[in-house]
Amino acid sequence: MSTPTVSIPAPREITTEPRRSDKVFRRIVTAGGLSSLVILGLIAFFLAYSGYEVLKSEGLKFITSADWSISTDDAGNVIDSHFGLAAMLVGTMLCSLVAVVIAVPVSVFSALFLNFYAPNWMKKILISIIDMMAAFPSILFGIWGFLVLMPSVEYWAKLINRYLGWIPVFEVNPYFFTRSPFVAGVVLAIMIIPIITSVSREVFAQAPLDRIQAAFALGATRWAMIKAVVIPYGRSGVIGGAMLGLGRAMGETVAVYTVLNVVFQINWHILLGAGGNVASLIILKFGDASPYEIKALMAAGLVLFLLTLIVNAAANFIVKRTGKSGK
Amino acid sequence: MNLNANENANQESGKTMTTSVQPSSLSSVASANPQRTESQRAQGTGLETRGIHAWFGKNHVLSDINLDFTAGSVTALIGPSGCGKSTFIRTINRMHEFIPGAAMAGEVLLDGKDVYAPGVDVTKIRLQIGMVFQKPNPFPSMTIGENVLSGLKLAQLKVDNKDDLLEECLIRAGLWTEVKDRLDTHGGALSGGQQQRLCIARALAVRPQVLLMDEPCSALDPGSTLRIEDTIRELSDTMTIVIVTHNMQQAARVSDYTAFFLSEGGPGHMIEVARTSEIFSQPKDQRTENYVTGRFG
Repeated sequence: MSTPTVSIPAPREITTEPRRSDKVFRRIVTAGGLSSLVILGLIAFFLAYSGYEVLKSEGLKFITSADWSISTDDAGNVIDSHFGLAAMLVGTMLCSLVAVVIAVPVSVFSALFLNFYAPNWMKKILISIIDMMAAFPSILFGIWGFLVLMPSVEYWAKLINRYLGWIPVFEVNPYFFTRSPFVAGVVLAIMIIPIITSVSREVFAQAPLDRIQAAFALGATRWAMIKAVVIPYGRSGVIGGAMLGLGRAMGETVAVYTVLNVVFQINWHILLGAGGNVASLIILKFGDASPYEIKALMAAGLVLFLLTLIVNAAANFIVKRTGKSGK
Repeated sequence: MNLNANENANQESGKTMTTSVQPSSLSSVASANPQRTESQRAQGTGLETRGIHAWFGKNHVLSDINLDFTAGSVTALIGPSGCGKSTFIRTINRMHEFIPGAAMAGEVLLDGKDVYAPGVDVTKIRLQIGMVFQKPNPFPSMTIGENVLSGLKLAQLKVDNKDDLLEECLIRAGLWTEVKDRLDTHGGALSGGQQQRLCIARALAVRPQVLLMDEPCSALDPGSTLRIEDTIRELSDTMTIVIVTHNMQQAARVSDYTAFFLSEGGPGHMIEVARTSEIFSQPKDQRTENYVTGRFG
């Protein structure tokens, strides 16, 4: 080392003092951002507080047992009670799973149609119709599902049962198809299609034009271009949209209540007319529940809340793990 | 490094170019391609354009271009921004029609057949007339190897020996030695120049007759630019190349013919086309001379 040693100075601390207007704005934005967290936290706290008593007495049985009964004496005192959510949890998952399985392909294809195939005038009309559908009151979906959809879905369910009945989930015994998780799933699918479609449409529309052109310049057909560029690019967005839809499907109350039998028995057979979901349980029991049962319903709400959180977190994890998003 | 310095010097001179500088730089172009004389060049016109007009909606952007491209030659299209050069080459491989409201008139004849004739399969035309874009645009969801062969998948072509094709295309694009050990990794880690050569390799894999290059070096540093120019010169032995460029030294270095486009307020049209050496040394039109000598544009 012939070069003379240079004394290296200690690095200076760099600070940026924001202007006052900046600080004020920052506080406002922070307050907005935190408010949703605070509200969420308060709701969770309220549910946990109200349901604590029941959760404590039932313990783990609250989610593993399927028994929901309460008996009171003439004076209205609780003699005996069993609260178990297992049947409702299974029903919740089955219905929303059916809904997502049906809704995702339909939504992805309609989003692709809107972005890449529909003529402009049709695109505008369809987009506004789909957005309207997303804002449609769910009771109307429920009534429509009950009056119109159920008979034909029952027919499809019987077809599925006849040809795929050997697969355990499609088994139906006793032979009873009305108001099954499958029907509820179809109604839920129709409810969440607009949500997943509009999220997918947005991400597909952002697929980079230069890559689209590159694919076309290589002699790609439209469909080949979509497979090579648009779907890899939009994949994680579509999964996000599906999660949004799944969240709505799991929490949906009225529509499910109209088309699904609430039965306190674990039922994995999606075509069999028995099930229920947590939200429809709450609406079923809430009206004439004793104060103690209301506590149980609050605890059920807490479980549903946590289930939604877990599903969302798991979905996020899956999206991150499978990476290779094509972005 | 030597090449870089040379390139920088060229760019310097571009700003203060005078007519007296031109002859010397042209002689170096001529010596770069000593083998390419008129008699030895592949014969026949592979690609001809007849009376090409183009519109975006009601906006007439390109007027009456008649230009023949000799098979096995490099033609450079020069001219100020907005004179319709890019639009013109996009009419050749029918990429123009992707823009809503785009229209064209005239004929593009590939081996004598109009690519706009009714019943022509557009995807086949684009296989025969490849394109390299201004911004490198490899597919990020694919590995380097998959990128090169993506055209086969996109156009559903079958090839017997994919590995040979992969190697051949990467060698011709001048990228093989740099990526041969990481063909299974994703293209995102490549430099801009490498990505652009990957895009060239990708365009070559479907074996086009014609390669259109829309300012392929404008986003690249001088070193990468020279690499790509080497690639262009090597490719030109086997295919017809049309390159749009704003870099007049590049036009002088790589092309056999140069066409000068100008819009002059109205739709872009072609002022003149000639051998590159003529355009840069004794252009017939005063406007061409003004442009190539840097007096305007």
